[in-house]
Amino acid sequence: MTNELAIGFLPLVDACLPILAAEHGFAEAEGLSLRLVRDMSWATVLDRLLYGHSDAAHMVAPLAIATTLGRGRPAQPLSVPFVLGLNGNAVTLRPEIAQAIRPERGIGDPKALGAALRTIALERKAAGHPLRFGVVHRYSSHNYMLRYWLAACGIRPDQDVEITTVAPPFCADALAQGEVDGICVGEPWNSVAVEQGAGEIVLATAQIWRRGVEKVLAMREAVLEEKRDQIHRLIRALCKAAAHFVDPANFEINSRVLARPEYIDGSPELIRRAISDRILVARGGELAHYPDFMFQYREAATFPWVSQAEWLYTQMVRWDGTPFDAQEAAKAAAVFRPDVYREALSGTDEPLPGASSKIEGSLAQRTAVGTQQGAIVLEPNRFFDGRIFDPLDIEGYVNALD
Amino acid sequence: MRVAVIDESPSRAAVIREGLAALTDCEVFVLTERRGLIARIAEIDPDIVLMDLGNPSRDVLEEYFTVSRVLARPIAMFVDQSDDESIVASVEAGVSSYVVNGLAPQRIRAIVDLAVTRFNAFSRLQRDLETAKGKLADRETVDRAKRILMDSRGLAEPQAYAELRSTAMNQGKRIAEIAEAIVTAHKMMGRA
Repeated sequence: MTNELAIGFLPLVDACLPILAAEHGFAEAEGLSLRLVRDMSWATVLDRLLYGHSDAAHMVAPLAIATTLGRGRPAQPLSVPFVLGLNGNAVTLRPEIAQAIRPERGIGDPKALGAALRTIALERKAAGHPLRFGVVHRYSSHNYMLRYWLAACGIRPDQDVEITTVAPPFCADALAQGEVDGICVGEPWNSVAVEQGAGEIVLATAQIWRRGVEKVLAMREAVLEEKRDQIHRLIRALCKAAAHFVDPANFEINSRVLARPEYIDGSPELIRRAISDRILVARGGELAHYPDFMFQYREAATFPWVSQAEWLYTQMVRWDGTPFDAQEAAKAAAVFRPDVYREALSGTDEPLPGASSKIEGSLAQRTAVGTQQGAIVLEPNRFFDGRIFDPLDIEGYVNALD
Repeated sequence: MRVAVIDESPSRAAVIREGLAALTDCEVFVLTERRGLIARIAEIDPDIVLMDLGNPSRDVLEEYFTVSRVLARPIAMFVDQSDDESIVASVEAGVSSYVVNGLAPQRIRAIVDLAVTRFNAFSRLQRDLETAKGKLADRETVDRAKRILMDSRGLAEPQAYAELRSTAMNQGKRIAEIAEAIVTAHKMMGRA
């Protein structure tokens, strides 16, 4: 039995855990050898996964569900036994638009920003050049977070503005050329746009949903069954990498490792900002500290909550314009595999929640939750508009959306 | 039939174009520029699109096809053809294909097979080129190491080379590696 696992990734800061698991020997300590396969589009990451070039991949969470449900291509069941992190994305607008809606210093309030943006969006629509936004993929959390924010602020994503796909490395250029007015993308690409003066950051996605699921570790269901033992070891190694990643003592070394040409191939300084939750909103300004901009470790952040897969499904039917289907919802829910996460970490020092689903967006204060092992205190996990997602009534939630 | 080849490497695109030119009834359009890509594709209105897997614009193109389908423009991806063997060969070669509905499967296969062959040939060519470059660099290093041995130990050229070769054989290494070590050591001694 081979102990090599090939892991696909896109050059983004949140590909950090598999990279660091390989670089710092956490995988080796579990008897695994990781081969990281760098690609430039999610389509290619997915192709390699489906045709066996990789065993597992760093992937935008909705894409794992869309692939399982056969949206856009023939259905292929994928499994997600581990979440690679929460949030870490931002909305960056062309400077003149950003300056018109954001406060002079720091980052603004999502409601106030949305209200100001709505005025501009409606003016632009009336003038016949609607605002255009770029997201990295149709089935990405970026698309869903951006749409969630716009819709809750009275900007209809498919009627009042245009949303198109832009590859992350081209985001800054697309802003500079005026191909788009705004982007929702992961780091370091917002900061690259800021450094070039092509855009200013107005919002972190963590402000839209304080604990929003972002990238996941996805694999074919068959691979999870065949290589269950190696996947368990991989999960343990990724947890060690997560603990290392969030320790401020390691920010320097980790930003240098991630910046290397074979990984992100970018500036260590910009990467360091993202991993230390520091954001430069505009060129020449001051760094703003936004706690939990990226979220990789505390509160069992990497636990694949079934309720999060279900929430993603609600956004998929919302924006694909397909009817809610209970069977499809069950299939989407089954993509996330908390059972595998538990098997892998049972008996370790990592805390394990007692439940596999939770009411998303319901916590306004720190709350201790029941666990299977260890202690977990969940911090506020609200959506900015106060809406709550109860996985016991998915259909009711979908029907209540605009 | 209209074939669009999207490739950021103009030389590879040329190799593919040349291959497709051999097929009858095939009009080939090469796109190497990222900006305005979708507008160009819409204008060309191709029956089949070939694109390298390393191209960051793949997600943009797939999105365009998905939206076009919504607009009742019947475009489907090659993966809909459920021809696994061809797909695996394509992914291995590093090329992806997008096909308009209604194109006969054997015509699709002919083009895709050809593209795969050409992609593989191009990769081989590149590997050969790199190996050749590596060999050239090796030869330069060996020449420098010989010069160092000749100067420092007063050896003639054939003896210097014999020395390198026997050391390499004794240590189970390549001559170029021994030469590299000599050149590096020489530099570190400040005698470069």
